[in-house]
Amino acid sequence: MMNEEVKKNMEEFGFPVIVDEKSGAMQWVDMRELRLRYIISVENIKPFYEGLREGKLMATKCKKCGRIFFPPQKDCPSCFDSDIEWVELKKEGTLETMTVVFVKPPSFGQYDPYPVAIAKLDDGPRILAWYSGDPQQVKPGQRVKVQVSRRKEGYLMYELAPI
Amino acid sequence: MSENVAVIGIGHSKFGTRKDVNIAELCWESMKPAFETANLEPKDIDFFVVSNAGMWSSEAAIPALIAEYADLAPKGSMRVEAACASGSAALRVGYTAVKSGMVDLALILGVEKMQESPNPNVIELIGRFGSYFWEFENFGLTFPAYYALHGTAYMMKYGATEEDYAKVAVKNHYYGAKNPYAQFQKEIDVETVLKSPYIAWPFKLFDCSPITDGSACVILASEEKVKELGIDEKVWILGQGVGTGTANLSRREEFTSLASARYAAEQAYKMAGIDIDDPANYLDGANVHDCFTAPEIIAYEDLRFCKRGEGYKLIRDEQTYIGGKIPVNIDGGLKAKGHPIGATGVSQAVEAYKQLLQKAEPGRQADINKGRWLAHNVGGTGHYTYVTIYGLEKR
Repeated sequence: MMNEEVKKNMEEFGFPVIVDEKSGAMQWVDMRELRLRYIISVENIKPFYEGLREGKLMATKCKKCGRIFFPPQKDCPSCFDSDIEWVELKKEGTLETMTVVFVKPPSFGQYDPYPVAIAKLDDGPRILAWYSGDPQQVKPGQRVKVQVSRRKEGYLMYELAPI
Repeated sequence: MSENVAVIGIGHSKFGTRKDVNIAELCWESMKPAFETANLEPKDIDFFVVSNAGMWSSEAAIPALIAEYADLAPKGSMRVEAACASGSAALRVGYTAVKSGMVDLALILGVEKMQESPNPNVIELIGRFGSYFWEFENFGLTFPAYYALHGTAYMMKYGATEEDYAKVAVKNHYYGAKNPYAQFQKEIDVETVLKSPYIAWPFKLFDCSPITDGSACVILASEEKVKELGIDEKVWILGQGVGTGTANLSRREEFTSLASARYAAEQAYKMAGIDIDDPANYLDGANVHDCFTAPEIIAYEDLRFCKRGEGYKLIRDEQTYIGGKIPVNIDGGLKAKGHPIGATGVSQAVEAYKQLLQKAEPGRQADINKGRWLAHNVGGTGHYTYVTIYGLEKR
């Protein structure tokens, strides 16, 4: 609708302007639209995705001090060491908090309102993910498991589900 | 080196939907009164810092833009960003520059013109202020949702209710109604909040701060410059603490408190000579980062105005109204005054100056007995926190 008004004003007045409905103030409508899509390196966390394909939740562990990193990272800042190994986390834990996103970013427009939860895994690390159960049925101390599902966009991602 | 640094000039634009001005004009709206209150001209300024998160607005080189518009060229400058704490980050840069002795007069300008983009785009962009790759890309957390995770955890742990959260909005709208610079100058009741649609459960529309255009400006001066200019009306920066949190919420130990805020508060209290076990007794009031209702309550606790788990009782008992234990956000807060991201921290500094010098508008002036005011400004969800303490008397 705005485009039609802009087009009309360009033809009749000569410029891509509109009048703001509420204030009556004239606005220039930017002609230079920019779409953003980032290309992000996952080279050093490939085993995470390889694990996820098989339904495993992989974390990194510093060989020297034993610190576990999730989300995985390739360097241990405690030891100044990059000698890490990949370990599989037990996929069960306890839900700690939750929200339901009703007003979504436009890039998530194809989804219904989605619950997001944080759980503490029995192995120690916490994980934030969508919660596939009914948010109204969640009780304090709710036990959850990590599972993998295919997103509407077509890719695999982990989620939390009630046990 | 300047032992002490003072705020000697302030300016504040009308916050709200500002389709009537462009970015430079919006900047000048707060810069002009800042120069006038300090009795200075642009040529007197040694250095200036602009806080602006940007992305939703067209101009990125705002320091250069205002150097041109307001005759500040060729003085040094930069733009700084610390999400919603950008304004305090700019203050930090100016404060340290003056304190170090490198400059005598620094201008700090916070500006945001969020409404140059449609609301859905702003909602998308602001959700990206946490861990983009692990928490936004796949799980679509929005800014309200990040804080809602805290709001839920707090209710579960301490038994606070959505009605308690609503009471924060009611208080801040009550004072916003008395602030001519506020976006919402209208009182609301608990019902209005509870009946408004969910944004990110448990937060509803009226639990959330709005998308705002606005600017705020302060001028900082060294102690020597204050003497030289014979400045009577000023407030001193008594202390400032800064903390940073992890990008991923999943890397944090708890969700009923912000570790970066506790860390920043400890530093600021120590620097200002305030007893960390009883800070409310040293302060006439505070501005805390109420981007949503629950975080105001969490801020009471992180700042030690009360014990952990008792923040909701402060608002239930109306202890953060004027006349209570410690008045909080009596300019309307982010909730009613508005939250132009880069301007918010500077706006808090303006409020500290106005309150301490008893220049606040009728009905929203705190009693000034102790001569100290606190500002708590959080970027992201505790990704950054700045706590700044202002005082009438230097240390």
